[in-house]
Amino acid sequence: MRALTWHGKHDVRMDTVPDPKIVNPRDAIIRITSTAICGSDLHLYDSYIPTMHKGDILGHEFMGEVVETGPGSTLRKGQRVVVPFVIACGQCFHCGKQQFSACDNSNPAEKADMSEIAYGYSASGLFGYSHMTGGYAGGQAEYVRVPYSDVGPIVIPDGLEDDKVLFLSDILPTGWMAAENCDIEPGDTVAVWGCGPVGLFAIQSALLMGAHRVIAIDHYPRRLELAKSMGAEIINYHDVKVREALMEMTGGIGPDACIDAVGMESHGFSVDNVIDAVKATTKLGTDRPHVLREVLLACRKGGRVSIPGVYGGVGDKIPIGALMQKGLQVKTGQTHVQKYLRPLLDMIAEDEIDTTFLISHRLPLEQAPEGYKMFKEEQNEVTKVVLKPDWSPGAASN
Amino acid sequence: MQDHVDRALESDAPLTTAVHQRDVAHEAAEARGWDEAAVSGRTVTINRPREELYAFWRDFRNLPRFMENIEAVTVSDDRRSHWVVKAPGGATVEWDAIITQDEPGRLLAWESDENADIKNSGLIEFRDAPPGRGSEVSATLVYDPPGGDIGKLIAKLFQREPKVQSRHDLRRFKQLMETGEISTSEAPDAAPRA
Repeated sequence: MRALTWHGKHDVRMDTVPDPKIVNPRDAIIRITSTAICGSDLHLYDSYIPTMHKGDILGHEFMGEVVETGPGSTLRKGQRVVVPFVIACGQCFHCGKQQFSACDNSNPAEKADMSEIAYGYSASGLFGYSHMTGGYAGGQAEYVRVPYSDVGPIVIPDGLEDDKVLFLSDILPTGWMAAENCDIEPGDTVAVWGCGPVGLFAIQSALLMGAHRVIAIDHYPRRLELAKSMGAEIINYHDVKVREALMEMTGGIGPDACIDAVGMESHGFSVDNVIDAVKATTKLGTDRPHVLREVLLACRKGGRVSIPGVYGGVGDKIPIGALMQKGLQVKTGQTHVQKYLRPLLDMIAEDEIDTTFLISHRLPLEQAPEGYKMFKEEQNEVTKVVLKPDWSPGAASN
Repeated sequence: MQDHVDRALESDAPLTTAVHQRDVAHEAAEARGWDEAAVSGRTVTINRPREELYAFWRDFRNLPRFMENIEAVTVSDDRRSHWVVKAPGGATVEWDAIITQDEPGRLLAWESDENADIKNSGLIEFRDAPPGRGSEVSATLVYDPPGGDIGKLIAKLFQREPKVQSRHDLRRFKQLMETGEISTSEAPDAAPRA
């Protein structure tokens, strides 16, 4: 089959690789019909994530048709399913508490050592996201093997086209959980750093959950425009000092809840960010938590901080005093996708949530390397790239 | 040395977590009349009743299903079994193990007989976890390291160092008991990749 494979920094290629097979009883094989490039795929593209091997198949946002099932799968051939990027067994303590991204069992035994050293305990396996999270082949391919297929995938009714439901795999539940982690109360102002897909869905979710106001922060005009069209007020950090602006816009109080939807590769030319970037590129090794620092300083006393943005290592100069002295609450984590699939699918089916506005480009899978380059280099225009394995090369549309 | 071990015993933690592991190993060797010993231990919580976990483990023929370096275990009688274990460089080592303690649902201990290629003993304990959380399973292995430190180093290079191996094996035991299968991202016939 054809698949998008990782070969190094800014080097992803379409390769011909062996078709996946059923390995375990609960597996299923899915023929991919739509798959997207995620912002967090850019961390792989930029080589920020360790334990990548040449030839690894990327992609953790995908859906398709069931073509083969193991004896323990509850899926049936021909069903259309969206597959969560988090692999979860459904039977461990954490799955029992709906903490699916903390699943004890889905990260293979021999792959879990590094995250145990780095994080104290291994989290769940993920599709297409380094060997630290399992080394599972991803879904930017014609086919993918889905372990524990009786727990993760959700069956999609025929009337709902791919583009409406594809983002159930990651970014829609991730934005939703980011807002849920804010424990929004009536009258709340929620500030969202980063208007990428997760940030935009977090804005949408926060408003649905009853936030009084949402303030969105970014520097790409196109993304800020999208945020505004969803009902957010906006701050372009190239033109405005973020913390002062947030204080002034909230009557000197600060936002009640803050969402860091940026994570480890924040942009901008503040002193701390430049130092972090130098350290990261020279492998002296820390994440670039510029946004997290700003979030902790900006959030109101007793406020809530939600971190859907991906961090992978250790952070320098985190204003721990602000966190403690103001009594902030922090919630974070990879998304417990399985928990949110059913309610979010229902909201999509009832037109309460639209996700299609985000898609700026649709490409044949064969043009995935171009998709990565565009997504990396033209973040203003390229808000989301969806890849279609069925399309022949040159069939792009937007 | 005795001092270090005694002081570690004052904490409510297993000896495998003591700071002075060489002293723990020395005591373990002395207790068995060996020249040298290496000790490794690990506890895992498994969301199943301890009787069920004990029963699965008590049938040693099940061990190769989740212990990667065990090629085969044949059971000779109720107490005696024969183990064939992979060693570095494609070799195998073998021994007869004899069950020395057996408390159903609680604990199982075995020891290699005097002809073993590598002298070793194992202890596995099953305790109730806090309510609703299944069981805590602690495995402690004591073995006579082949070729001293150099042998251990070679074994480590081959990822068969018992401490690493038993960590992986216990994770696989938990996966098998909780989910009925062992998680893997490898295709069964895949060529090994760097």
